[in-house]
Amino acid sequence: MAVLTYRDALTQALREELQRDDRVFLMGEEVAQYNGAYKVSKGLLDEFGPMRIVDTPITELGFAGVGVGAAMVGLRPIVEFMTWNFALLALDEVVNAAAKTFYMSGGQFKMPMVFRGPNGAALQLAAQHSQAWESWLAHIPGLKVLTPGTPADAKGLLKSAIRDDNPVVFLEGEMLYNTKGEVPEGEHIVPIGVAELKREGDHCSVITHGKMVLVAMRVADDLAKEGINIDVVDLRTVRPIDVEAISRSVQKTNRAVVLEEGWEICGMGSQVVDFIQRECFDDLDAPVLRVHQEDVPMPYAKNLERAAKPDAGKTIAAIKKVMYLD
Amino acid sequence: MSTETKRPVSQKPKDKPAAARNNGADGTEKAQPKEFEGTTPEQRRELLHSMLLQRRFEERCAEAYALGKIGGFCHLYIGQEAISTGVMSMIRPDDYVITAYRDHGQALARGVSPRAVMAELFGRETGCSGGKGGSMHLFDSKTNFLGGHGIVGGHVPIAAGVGFAIKYRRGNQVCVCFFGEAAVNIGAFHEALNLASLWDLPVIFIIENNRYGMGTAISRSTANEDVVIRAKGYRMDGETVDGQDVFAVREVMTRAIERARKEKRPTLIEMKTYRFMGHSMSDAVSGTYRTKDELEENMKRDPIIVLHNKMYEAGELTEGEMRKIDDEAKAIAQDAWDFADASPEPPLEKLYTDVYSDTTS
Repeated sequence: MAVLTYRDALTQALREELQRDDRVFLMGEEVAQYNGAYKVSKGLLDEFGPMRIVDTPITELGFAGVGVGAAMVGLRPIVEFMTWNFALLALDEVVNAAAKTFYMSGGQFKMPMVFRGPNGAALQLAAQHSQAWESWLAHIPGLKVLTPGTPADAKGLLKSAIRDDNPVVFLEGEMLYNTKGEVPEGEHIVPIGVAELKREGDHCSVITHGKMVLVAMRVADDLAKEGINIDVVDLRTVRPIDVEAISRSVQKTNRAVVLEEGWEICGMGSQVVDFIQRECFDDLDAPVLRVHQEDVPMPYAKNLERAAKPDAGKTIAAIKKVMYLD
Repeated sequence: MSTETKRPVSQKPKDKPAAARNNGADGTEKAQPKEFEGTTPEQRRELLHSMLLQRRFEERCAEAYALGKIGGFCHLYIGQEAISTGVMSMIRPDDYVITAYRDHGQALARGVSPRAVMAELFGRETGCSGGKGGSMHLFDSKTNFLGGHGIVGGHVPIAAGVGFAIKYRRGNQVCVCFFGEAAVNIGAFHEALNLASLWDLPVIFIIENNRYGMGTAISRSTANEDVVIRAKGYRMDGETVDGQDVFAVREVMTRAIERARKEKRPTLIEMKTYRFMGHSMSDAVSGTYRTKDELEENMKRDPIIVLHNKMYEAGELTEGEMRKIDDEAKAIAQDAWDFADASPEPPLEKLYTDVYSDTTS
C-alpha cells in the first residue's frame, strides 16, 4: 500500500471523483492558479480546466451560495473554505439553505455538495484563526459532518462525501496535511457514520475524532509502556454519530475519556457523554471525563497556546483519573 | 371577514358603448396602443387573468389567516402583481425562478398549482412543499420554482449558482431572482452581483422596490435611493421600470432575457411598485410608518386597473368580460381553498422524512 500524506490523499480523492463524474467541480479561494492555499488542489487546474477548478474572489457568503444554487439544479459542487474560520461569513448558506432545502421543499430539491477546508488550531495563529467548529455544524439536522484523522480516512471519507446526495461538511486539519499513512489506491471508500476502533485495549476507552486521533494514538503508545491499554475509538463522522461503536467500547472497558479539539460548553464531547450515560449507565465504573480546549479564545504566545490546547498530557491525566490511578 | 371589496378592480372606468371597441358596431378599427405590440388580445386577457388570480387568491389568504387556517408569517403580494405576471409571461418553462418570502403571487404566476399553493399555506400534505415549507417556502420542481427563501438576500447568491450551473452545462436558460429593495443593503446581494458579472452568469436580478423594508422607508435605510445604480459598481446593465405596468415589465424583460441568453450577461432591474397590504399579516396596512393618504394615492395605480383601463380604452374588453375573468379567478381561489381545506395534514411519520436523501451517486 502506498504511503501518502493526508494532503496527497485528499488530492487523490478529488482527482478520482472529478474524473468519475463531470458534474463535480471545485471552487474556492486560490484553488486553481495558486494550486490551493494548502496545496490540496495541486495540479487539478491543469487537468480539469477553469470551468471545473474555479478560483473565487474572497467572498465566502457569495461562493457558498453559488455552490448551493448549483447543487440545487443538479451539479455536485465542492466548496473549499480556506479555513473554517472564514466560513462563519457563509453560515447562512450552509445552515439556512444547504441543510434545510431538501426538507422545506418536501424532498424536491436535493443538495449534493461538500463544504471542506481546514478546521481547528494550527500554530500561533491566535484567536480568530484557531477554532474547531464541528459542534456548531453537527448541531444542524440536514448536514453530515466528517472529521477524518488519518490519510486513509481522508481519502475514503472525501470520496463518500462527494458521492453523497446531501450537504456534507468535511473538516480537515492544517496540522494534519503533512502527516503520513498508508492509503489504499483507487476505489477506497470509507462509509459515512461508521467509527473505527483504531487501537484496542481493555482499561479505558478514549473517544475522539479529527486531529485528536493522533494525540490519542500517542497516548496509547505512552500508556502501553506503563501497562495501561486503551481503546481508541475514532468517530470519523460526528453527524451521524456511531453510537454503537461508542457503546461497544465503553461496555468493554467500563471507563471513558472523551477527547476533542474544541471548547467544553456544548462541545462534541457533551453529546458523546450523553450517549454514554444513556447507553452504558450500568457499565460505568467511573464518571466520564472530557479533555478539550481551555475555555478561552486561543492566545498567541507559544506557552499560553500550548496551555490552552488539549494534549497528550491532559489526556493521560484524565485516563488515570477515571482508572483511579492518580 | 372579506377583504375583496377593498380593491375595486372593476369599478372604473364606466362601461363604454360597444362602438368604442375594436371593429365596433360602426365597423371602424381603432389604432392599437404601441405597448400592445407583441401580444395578442388573448394573451392580454391572460395577463389580466394571471394578475386577478393572484389578487383574489391573496384576498382569500388574508381571510384564511384571520380564521387561523394559515399560520406563521404570511406576506401578501397585493399591489405588485404586474411584476410577477410580466416577468413570468416572458420566460420559458425551462428557465429558473427563485424568490424571497413574499412568494405566493410569483408561484401562481409561474404556474404552480393554486391548489398546491393554498394547501401549503394551510399546512397540508398536498401542499407544494408537502406542508413542510409554508408561506415563505413554496417550492415546485415541475415549474423550476426554486423557492421561497426566508432570509433577506440569502437567496441572491443561490441565483448566481443556478446561473453558474446553466453556464457550466452550456445551456441557454436564464435564472430570474426576485427580492425587495431592502435586500440591496445586505452583503449577500453585493457578493452575488459581483460574481454574476465577473463570471458572465445569465441571471436577471429583480428589485421589487415597494419602498418599505418591513416598516422602514427606503429614505431611512438606503444612502442612495437610486438603487439600480448599484449595477454600475459591478459593471452590470441596470434598468428602472414602472412595476405597476405589466407592459413596461415585459419590455424591460425582453432586453434582459436577450442579454442573458445571447451575451450571457446578468442584468439588475429595479421595478418600482407599492404594496397595498402590510408587510405581513401582523402589520397594519397604514398608520404606523406610512399614511392612509399615501396608501390611497398609490392604490390609484393599481396594476390591475392600469391594465384593465388600457384594454378597455383600446376597446378590447367589456365590463362583462372583465367580470367573467374576475369570476374565474375567484372560482379558482375558492377551489384552491376547498381543496386545501379538505386535504389531510401531513402524517406524523413525515416529520422525519426529507431530512436526508437516501441516495448516492
